[in-house]
Amino acid sequence: MIEPHETPHGTQLTNLTLTVWRQKGPNDGGAFESYRIDSISDEASFLEMLDVLNEKLIGEGREAVTFDHDCREGICGTCSLMIDGQAHGPQRGTATCQLHMRKFESNATIVIEPWRATAFPIIKDLMVDRSAFDRIIESGGYITAPTGGAPDANLIPVAKPAADAAMDAAQCIGCGACVAACPNGAANLFTAAKVAHLNLLPQGQAERYSRAEAMVETMDEYFGSCTNHGECEAACPKEISIDVIALMNKDYRKAKFANRKELARS
Amino acid sequence: MSTITDPRLASKVPAGAIGDKWSTYREDMKLVNPNNKRKFKIIVVGTGLAGASAAATLAELGYQVDAFTFHDSPRRAHSIAAQGGINAAKNYHGDGDSVYRLFYDTIKGGDFRAREGNVHRLAEVSVEIIDQMVAQGVPFAREYGGLLDNRSFGGSQVSRTFYARGQTGQQLLLGAYQQLARQIGLGGVTLYNRTELVDTVNIDGRCAGIVVRDLLTGELQSHAAHAVVLATGGYGNVFFLSTNAMQCNVTAAWRAHRKGAMFANPCYTQIHPTCIPQSDPTQSKLTLMSESLRNDGRVWVPLNVADARPAAQIPESERDYILERLYPSFGNLAPRDIASRAAKRAVDSGHGVGPLQNGVNLDFAAAIGRLGKDVVQERYGNLFEMYERISGENPYETPMRIYPASHYTMGGLWVDYELQTTVPGLYAAGEANFSDHGANRLGASALMQGLADGYFVLPYTIGNELAPMLNKPTPGVDHPAFKQAEQDARDRYNQYLGIKGTRSPDWFHRELGRIIWDYCGMERTEQGLEKALSELPSLYEEFQKDLRVTGDGVSVNQTLEKAGRVDDFFQLGMLMCRDALERRESCGGHFRSEYQDDEGEAKRDDENFAHVAAWEWNGDPMSSIRNIEPLEFETVHLATRSYK
Ligand SMILES: Cc1cc2nc3c(=O)[nH]c(=O)nc-3n(C[C@H](O)[C@H](O)[C@H](O)COP(=O)(O)OP(=O)(O)OC[C@H]3O[C@@H](n4cnc5c(N)ncnc54)[C@H](O)[C@@H]3O)c2cc1C
Ligand code: SF4
Ligand code: FES
Repeated sequence: MIEPHETPHGTQLTNLTLTVWRQKGPNDGGAFESYRIDSISDEASFLEMLDVLNEKLIGEGREAVTFDHDCREGICGTCSLMIDGQAHGPQRGTATCQLHMRKFESNATIVIEPWRATAFPIIKDLMVDRSAFDRIIESGGYITAPTGGAPDANLIPVAKPAADAAMDAAQCIGCGACVAACPNGAANLFTAAKVAHLNLLPQGQAERYSRAEAMVETMDEYFGSCTNHGECEAACPKEISIDVIALMNKDYRKAKFANRKELARS
Repeated sequence: MSTITDPRLASKVPAGAIGDKWSTYREDMKLVNPNNKRKFKIIVVGTGLAGASAAATLAELGYQVDAFTFHDSPRRAHSIAAQGGINAAKNYHGDGDSVYRLFYDTIKGGDFRAREGNVHRLAEVSVEIIDQMVAQGVPFAREYGGLLDNRSFGGSQVSRTFYARGQTGQQLLLGAYQQLARQIGLGGVTLYNRTELVDTVNIDGRCAGIVVRDLLTGELQSHAAHAVVLATGGYGNVFFLSTNAMQCNVTAAWRAHRKGAMFANPCYTQIHPTCIPQSDPTQSKLTLMSESLRNDGRVWVPLNVADARPAAQIPESERDYILERLYPSFGNLAPRDIASRAAKRAVDSGHGVGPLQNGVNLDFAAAIGRLGKDVVQERYGNLFEMYERISGENPYETPMRIYPASHYTMGGLWVDYELQTTVPGLYAAGEANFSDHGANRLGASALMQGLADGYFVLPYTIGNELAPMLNKPTPGVDHPAFKQAEQDARDRYNQYLGIKGTRSPDWFHRELGRIIWDYCGMERTEQGLEKALSELPSLYEEFQKDLRVTGDGVSVNQTLEKAGRVDDFFQLGMLMCRDALERRESCGGHFRSEYQDDEGEAKRDDENFAHVAAWEWNGDPMSSIRNIEPLEFETVHLATRSYK
């Protein structure tokens, strides 16, 4: 992928047009509205540019644009904007909140939309409801280890490669860009990242197959199915590898097979 | 000022040797029979490390738990952003660590302003936290043999910090969140997301529940319970610019304070020396750069005032390596507060660097020369990349620019040994309480404290309090006190909407933050604090008259949410300044210029200030009452910190 244009350091961008999705509530229709930003520093982050817009709107007595955000450091997974048709915008491996205006040029028109996916209904403007992700975790995205009974931490050695691979998958910030980027609205990358994190570790083995089964089935209840487009990986701000999906599928198939044997036996 | 212990501020630390107190407590405490636990409802507000671990554990024990967060998911809590690591006295590396040493370091690091009993317990349970988190699947860094790796952090002499790359907070929070999610799935916890606590309710001298606002509909609703836990984080955003997430706020703690929970040591705030300086006036927050960078980076500023030449063109003879000059033995590794003040003095005297002249250089040229670029990249590659992403500058070629920023708040709701506030039935955990860090927190100790409170302290201490309440009736949400609190909250939000002035909540927040930063930030003076206390009430009055909130009160309205939070920050800000003014000494993060020795080091006054200041609400932050809990040091001897 080509890195987008860099505006030279220390310049002001002028005359930007923002085309923003506005929608009053979950049950209302929405529409694009255009706003102008006369001038903004290249040092400003994309969300700071939206702060400036909102200050301007409030100044004019209009309602501010609603958008989700919190840490502004790319780790909480709250920010979630479709920028010019790309989830989290043009910079690879970067969440919306880490994107800076130096990646844009003066006189540009920037289209800003919410995540669009059946499983993520729009709440208002650019804010969507991603609680279907929580349902997936609640159904099995954990290791059962009630507080108090854990053995000494060093009694469970974990081979460094396994620990590193688990960590690679565990970095998922739960933002939903993978779903938003997927033509089918599938959540396979998110779900598989959690399955891989836990199933790669020795602590996760006891529930390995039941976890894969429960999580995949909950995922299927809410989300579309994966047809291997790979858009998810390209959009993921944590660059989670699509390989985790193969791992999840393998464990899921094994779970189904093992369960049939169990059933046959009983 | 009275020195007699106020009975409301009895610490309840058990008698006995320091190492026996916690086991004595657990042996003596009352228990609730497993079958009776489900008869008790416990509310946990906040689902960060402290709240998620408490809610999950209480539900596992069998209590009915209702958990609340203003986030869309528990996984978004600010704990997620912690980078460095978590301390525990495991002594896995045989380098002489022990529970006692962690206890001692925490007391000393806190500049002798924390309660010994609480701190020792924290050090004791630290080891259990690591066991618990590993069992949960937290992918901590490992050595090649598969055992856990540790590093030394923040100038500690032992390696006791466990970490998961630069994302320790994320991995710990996900561990606690997953445990909580399991309980939600099993029905042990009911989660109310995008729901904000706007008031607490007391009936007959006990906390009877809370009033919350549904952020999607604006609807106000009451929830009654036998006990309420606030695990709602710190108040560092009072400075407007800080390393905290944008939504962190003091509302929950502040509303509880107004209902009788005393607020302890609000002036104890921590400034972190290595943050990326503000780059333009629209900036909304500051980003922390790991402290580890000071291991190889050299801090310098140009000798000449307002020298705008690029760093490379400033010859050695025209550079001032401030920390190496002032603190020859610690050099660039001087403690957080000392390094911060040195940077501030350099910038204040016109030696700042960068387009806004608001930072100091952190230069890696010498390290690259000595170690080679590859080694530097191996050590700090990801941090350099993060810096470049934000600043647009390449630190391999030009020095990083850094400046101190608000990072953590040691002050918070006063709690006793059981983590109960001065309101019976109301508890505070994690950064929201004041308990363990005294006047200064050590690196990697906040995550430890949040999880200690939630996993290993509250589940015991709440049971002790609840046991006598079995089968006794408690007030429900139809009680008039709940209705009144709902009405008050409704009026409050309608009032913000009704002012229809000209300035946004953010505008006021920025102005408030500027005053607090200038006068109650890194360096405080009597004159400055008095100036702040004269400016704040008039700015607050302007807020009440000239605020503009657009939108309505019946759908998502982030401007309205912000208005409520800024309102509470104003009141807290005044109390902070009063606390800083009254504490006529320097200790930890509280540096009063009048109280320093000839070399510019903080001068404590143990005779007059070895106590906790616990403020009592009296209708107006300008007239709150200062109560004290004396601190007794039975185990550790009071000594002066020295880093020369
Ligand atoms: C950038 C950064 C790096 C850090 N690095 C480290 C580190 O390396 N090691 C370390 O030990 N510490 C570190 N800290 C400090 C540490 O992260 C925090 O002190 C700690 O995570 C706080 O946890 P908590 O559970 O108390 O609160 P939080 O994680 O802040 O959670 C607060 C919760 O309360 C909820 N809440 C708040 N108010 C309300 C309300 N009114 N109604 C409903 N819900 C509410 C929020 O939704 C959230 O769920 C760092 C801090 C920062 C800013
Ligand atoms: S897999 Fe990547 S894109 Fe999907 S939720 Fe996780 S971090 Fe976001
Ligand atoms: S706001 Fe936290 S990841 Fe973007």
